[in-house]
Amino acid sequence: MSRANAWSQWPDANGRFGEFGGRYVAETLMPLVLELEQEYARAKEDPAFQAEFDDLLTHYVGRPSPMYFAERLTEHFGGARIYFKRDELNHTGAHKINNCIGQVLLARRMGKTRIIAETGAGQHGVATATICARFGLPCVVFMGETDVERQKPNVFRMRLLGAEIVPVSSGTGTLKDAMNEALRDWVTNVSTTFYVIGTAAGPHPYPMLVRDFQSVIGREAREQILAAEGRLPDALVACIGGGSNAIGLFHPFLEDEGVRMIGVEAGGHGVNTGQHAASLTGGRPGVLHGNRTYLLQDQNGQIIDAHSISAGLDYPGIGPEHAFLHETGRAEYRTCTDTEALEAFQLCARLEGILPALEPAHALARVGEIARELGPDGLIVMNMCGRGDKDVFSIAAHLGVNI
Amino acid sequence: MTAERISAKFEACRSEGRAAFVAYLMAGDPDLDTSFECLKALAASGADIIELGAPFTDPMADGPAIQRAAQRSLAAGGSLSSTLDVAARFRLEDKVTPLIVMGYANPIFSMGLTNFAERAAAAGVDGVITVDLPPEEDASLREALAAHGLAVIRLATPTTTEARMKRVSDGAAGFVYYVSVAGVTGAAVGAEEDIREGVERARRLSGLPVAVGFGVRTGEQAARFACLADGVVVGSALVEEVRAAVEDGAPKSAVKRITVVAQSLSNAISSARIVRSMT
Ligand SMILES: Cc1ncc(COP(=O)(O)O)c(C=O)c1O
Repeated sequence: MSRANAWSQWPDANGRFGEFGGRYVAETLMPLVLELEQEYARAKEDPAFQAEFDDLLTHYVGRPSPMYFAERLTEHFGGARIYFKRDELNHTGAHKINNCIGQVLLARRMGKTRIIAETGAGQHGVATATICARFGLPCVVFMGETDVERQKPNVFRMRLLGAEIVPVSSGTGTLKDAMNEALRDWVTNVSTTFYVIGTAAGPHPYPMLVRDFQSVIGREAREQILAAEGRLPDALVACIGGGSNAIGLFHPFLEDEGVRMIGVEAGGHGVNTGQHAASLTGGRPGVLHGNRTYLLQDQNGQIIDAHSISAGLDYPGIGPEHAFLHETGRAEYRTCTDTEALEAFQLCARLEGILPALEPAHALARVGEIARELGPDGLIVMNMCGRGDKDVFSIAAHLGVNI
Repeated sequence: MTAERISAKFEACRSEGRAAFVAYLMAGDPDLDTSFECLKALAASGADIIELGAPFTDPMADGPAIQRAAQRSLAAGGSLSSTLDVAARFRLEDKVTPLIVMGYANPIFSMGLTNFAERAAAAGVDGVITVDLPPEEDASLREALAAHGLAVIRLATPTTTEARMKRVSDGAAGFVYYVSVAGVTGAAVGAEEDIREGVERARRLSGLPVAVGFGVRTGEQAARFACLADGVVVGSALVEEVRAAVEDGAPKSAVKRITVVAQSLSNAISSARIVRSMT
């Protein structure tokens, strides 16, 4: 194993990142999951597939997204220079669309005629509904009842885009329950339906292909920061729900030993309260939704409901590659509470004129301390992976404002 | 060796010219004691093999009936550990009815494979079905269970092709559970011709008895499947009796309700081939 590809060789042939990942699905889905793996391998070698993907990213999504020097936040924190990778400027307002385009193009190659997706914050649902509208494919989005309530603007957007929304009432009515229901639909309609998973989790090959589609973030960021600063950053910072925006930023830098990677999990009311969504910090390895990874679970192996102010981070698991990067020590993971995220949101709005989504507000909440740890010579790139328009109603409610 | 209890039972049913009635119940639903009484009632009402569901918070291969059963069990303190306790109590009283634990991987991994295998063997469990462990992922469980003579029961489905069936057969033991339809438990049943073909393929390639399940609700459906397969599995329909008992405010009446439904299913399955040969 040459040093140069030590990190990018994963997953192995069994879909594993070290001991994490794999294909823990019902037998009904196995043939499809294996077929998807083969089809993706062919697509990767097909210049026409790549060209169509790149063309849509450029002309439909608006890539490359800018690399922005956050001057006033840098001044405010008084430490390292802080840059935002501005994926919140993408069409539909988040990084999620990068992955949806890739997967829907795969679905078309495989002759699938119906698309399903799960969504938490609604960003992945909106992005999937958008691409389905663009390609004339019927789209069904599973969304927990709790999330339907706290992400109303996105629910309406999805309907406008022609998607059918299925509210899911089982469990706590959040992202994990939506994913269970999507898996149930998939197993029932396996011959016609493609399941567009919204994060770098699920059975192999999903964690790999979602990572690959999202890696456009890190590839652009690498070039842009080299152009802007003439060197690589000291630290990359990204929030973690299932981990797709983070792995998309991190992956192209994995071989760059000097670049630290810091993922920020949702600490909810605080990891010590038990009400959080920090699977690496507060969970242990297990098997859920097709992969072996860190999970929030009780001593009997029952899954514990996550809690986060951010619907997009409210998930009791994490993509398997992060579990691997955590165990190997290549990346570090910290947490941010609901309250800290709300403060970071407001700070960013006032100092930079950018309303971040609540998800990257979690990342931002840790950027201050990281900037001070690194000092003024340091250089940070944070993934501003989504914009806050979708969150203004729920933020108003949290701040006690009636709008 | 306990897995032999499974083959002995299929052999006995075959010599009687009938399919085996495989009955599913969720352990701890609506509470541990009642579910223990329900298991005894099943065996007394003609169930040949019992599948004992272990509750899990995220049963993504199950339809609403078994999802609710798992929730009732969890709410009453059910777990994989208490599932094995119920199994052990049942085995003290019944030495012949094969017991299969059916559930999801995470509680098993959480208990630890070796620990689980030891406890399951001590409880008199004969086999294990883990819905989210396809052949690609079940090697470590098979190894742990094999040390105690327990079988990992494999699943085959309408999406299982000839080539795939070879993979499923390699390492299969006890019997093959043929899922009648691409879907979750309790869904509508698949087309009879497709099922016949799938069952025959599974039987030919595995050399094991094949039981058909998912979606069998009525005696009439059970009878049809009894003519195609070596066993017929009924789950959601039985579990719904527990629900009805709970909703009536009389959870203990689940035992009586289960008895009635199990007897009629058992009769339908036992007489199916005779009836068919006469018509
Ligand atoms: C803006 C935004 N960021 C982050 C996430 C979390 O997902 P991931 O960790 O896969 O990037 C979401 C999920 O909905 C999101 O909408």
